[in-house]
Amino acid sequence: MERTAPLSIDYLRPHKQFPSVWCPGCGDGIVLGAIIRAIQELGLDKNSVAMVSGIGCSGRMPVYADFNTLHTTHGRALAFATGLKLARPDLNVIVIMGDGDAMAIGGNHFIHTCRRNINLTAVVINNRIYGMTGGQCSPTTPTGNLATTSTYGNIDQPFDISHIAAVAGASFVGRSTVFHARELQNIVQQAIQKKGFAVVEALSNCHTYFGRLNKIGNAPQMMEWFKNNTAPLLMDPDKRGDKITRGVFVDKDSTGFVDHYNQLVEKAILKKEDLMRLKKRRMRRKFITGK
Amino acid sequence: MGVKLESKPISRLGYIRWKPENIVYGFQQGNETCAEGSILAGLDFYGGYPITPSSEVAEVLSVRMPQEGSVFVQMEDEIASMASIIGASLGGARSMTATSGPGFSLMQENLGYAVIAEVPCVLVNVQRLGPSTGGPTSPAQGDVMQARWGTHGDHPIIALSPSTIQEVLELTIVAFDFAERLRTPVILLMDEIVAHMREKVAFPKPEDVDIFYRENIPIDVETYLPYDNDVPEGVPPLLSFGEGSRYHVTGLLHDPAGFPTQNKKEINAWLDRIKIKFEKAMDRILLYEIYNMEDAEEAIISFGISARAGLEAMSLARKQGRKVGMLKLITIWPLPEEPIKKILQNVKKVIVPEMNLGQLILEIDRLNKYGCQVVGVNKADGDIIRPGEILKALDRDETPPEEESGNQGLYNQLKNCIRI
Repeated sequence: MERTAPLSIDYLRPHKQFPSVWCPGCGDGIVLGAIIRAIQELGLDKNSVAMVSGIGCSGRMPVYADFNTLHTTHGRALAFATGLKLARPDLNVIVIMGDGDAMAIGGNHFIHTCRRNINLTAVVINNRIYGMTGGQCSPTTPTGNLATTSTYGNIDQPFDISHIAAVAGASFVGRSTVFHARELQNIVQQAIQKKGFAVVEALSNCHTYFGRLNKIGNAPQMMEWFKNNTAPLLMDPDKRGDKITRGVFVDKDSTGFVDHYNQLVEKAILKKEDLMRLKKRRMRRKFITGK
Repeated sequence: MGVKLESKPISRLGYIRWKPENIVYGFQQGNETCAEGSILAGLDFYGGYPITPSSEVAEVLSVRMPQEGSVFVQMEDEIASMASIIGASLGGARSMTATSGPGFSLMQENLGYAVIAEVPCVLVNVQRLGPSTGGPTSPAQGDVMQARWGTHGDHPIIALSPSTIQEVLELTIVAFDFAERLRTPVILLMDEIVAHMREKVAFPKPEDVDIFYRENIPIDVETYLPYDNDVPEGVPPLLSFGEGSRYHVTGLLHDPAGFPTQNKKEINAWLDRIKIKFEKAMDRILLYEIYNMEDAEEAIISFGISARAGLEAMSLARKQGRKVGMLKLITIWPLPEEPIKKILQNVKKVIVPEMNLGQLILEIDRLNKYGCQVVGVNKADGDIIRPGEILKALDRDETPPEEESGNQGLYNQLKNCIRI
């Protein structure tokens, strides 16, 4: 049969990069799958997508995806992505971060990117632990939980990533888990279409450290845990209890930083000669993008 | 016993076609001039964070860049500023940030990223008195070694230091050119005095400035390798993101396609190319000016604002009948070793005035295999070095007198201590 639409596998880089660095059963692959299917569903050209990541297990994701990919420094992915997006507003820039990456070392960049409301999609893979460095306590490790740097139980209170994104001003905030892969894909899809800053929190399993240290179990047991301990936002609060909510928390109508900047440029151009200069520049810009 | 040396001033690069009828004169600060110079150099993206004494660069650009249709964004800190200009550069923008000492320290992380990922960008560092918050906003030249070795790991770097406002303008244009041609971060190492002092500056018309645009190099998208080690000059052209090649950029050591590698062969191939890339461009990169060395018996070697005091000291000494010459370094890193060696070979005494406790002098000492007496004139208390102080150093004997006060001669005292 002749192939018309690209398959999910067409969005992956062939041969050399596989097998992945992730442990068998890691949730990172499911998140990558959700992102790829969302992009596939939206029919985005691979050349028009840029995937930017920080450091950690999640940071390795762009290597496998066949987009314009940028693996940056720890916590700084959003700052790199901000520059890239403003230089190339035509690109769909998707930023992959982990919980330590986005909320600890990159916490400042995270809240300010929300405030700036720049047209990026951030997917924060929250496994509630530092996986790559060996299972240390992260800003989202729940109080009382064990990690290799909180061996008597974590005494800090955890961050709620989605809540922080919402109050810091993101245009779109949603949360799902790697167990709810289809729901996660739908939320990512909505996030990519959003004009302002969109945040997706993807709860994921690090059974190697979080599951083992906290006696939740291996990948299947952790999946089970996500199934039993999360509930849709739309569920009756009495039935939901204190389960972790899933769904879309914020979905604001917003144009985002890029449009605001373009309006500012129009305001700044006072003279005819400025306009001429601008036209010249745009011509050069066209040269950058044109083939 | 003098030796004739070829001077390599900025003008030799010929980026600016000076047409008398097109020249517009201004009387302005180094920071303002740097901002205007960056626009003449084709600046597309500026990401920065306020810090004295560099803030005027951002203030001017926040007005000028929207008028040019280019992007000015104030980031949340210096770490983000440096990250944003790298991201923008990969998107095809000619990008820059400006900061001062404490911010420069924060930028070191991603400065290293720009080195390993070979992303062109310009970092303006207006040096102020350190360490730490130090003495805002007193002048200093204490970031010479930080510019060289501030980010971790071995790496080449370019640092240019202007001593006049006219040089600020021209070096800003040159910095962009070096960055784009060599795919490297370039540091414009100013000091507070050059940044805030006002002088007459000649501006060319934008059309009289030759700009090297990376997008003018033809690239085959299908076979493109962002880190191709087999290119003759050692600089694979940089294709912007979104142009159809879908390559990978990482801060990890990488193979020619940009993917992470731990293969020693691939790592060494990359290291070799980086070396070749700088070696081949060395003649273009090294900028300096030589004065009165034909018959000189003594010489002054300096840079930035201290070089202005050095030049004045030289002419005062000449009036007294002393045969003093001068080497003004414009490029500090890579160090122009040949002219320094020739001077050390041919004079009895070299004075190195710098507003720190002795940084450049370490390099000159390293090159001194000729028994030349090398004396530092150092200050790190927020004061400038005056020509008279340099003259005094010329008069001084080999061993500095004990009763010497202040920071002057501190370096030599330290050296003596170490020797004992």
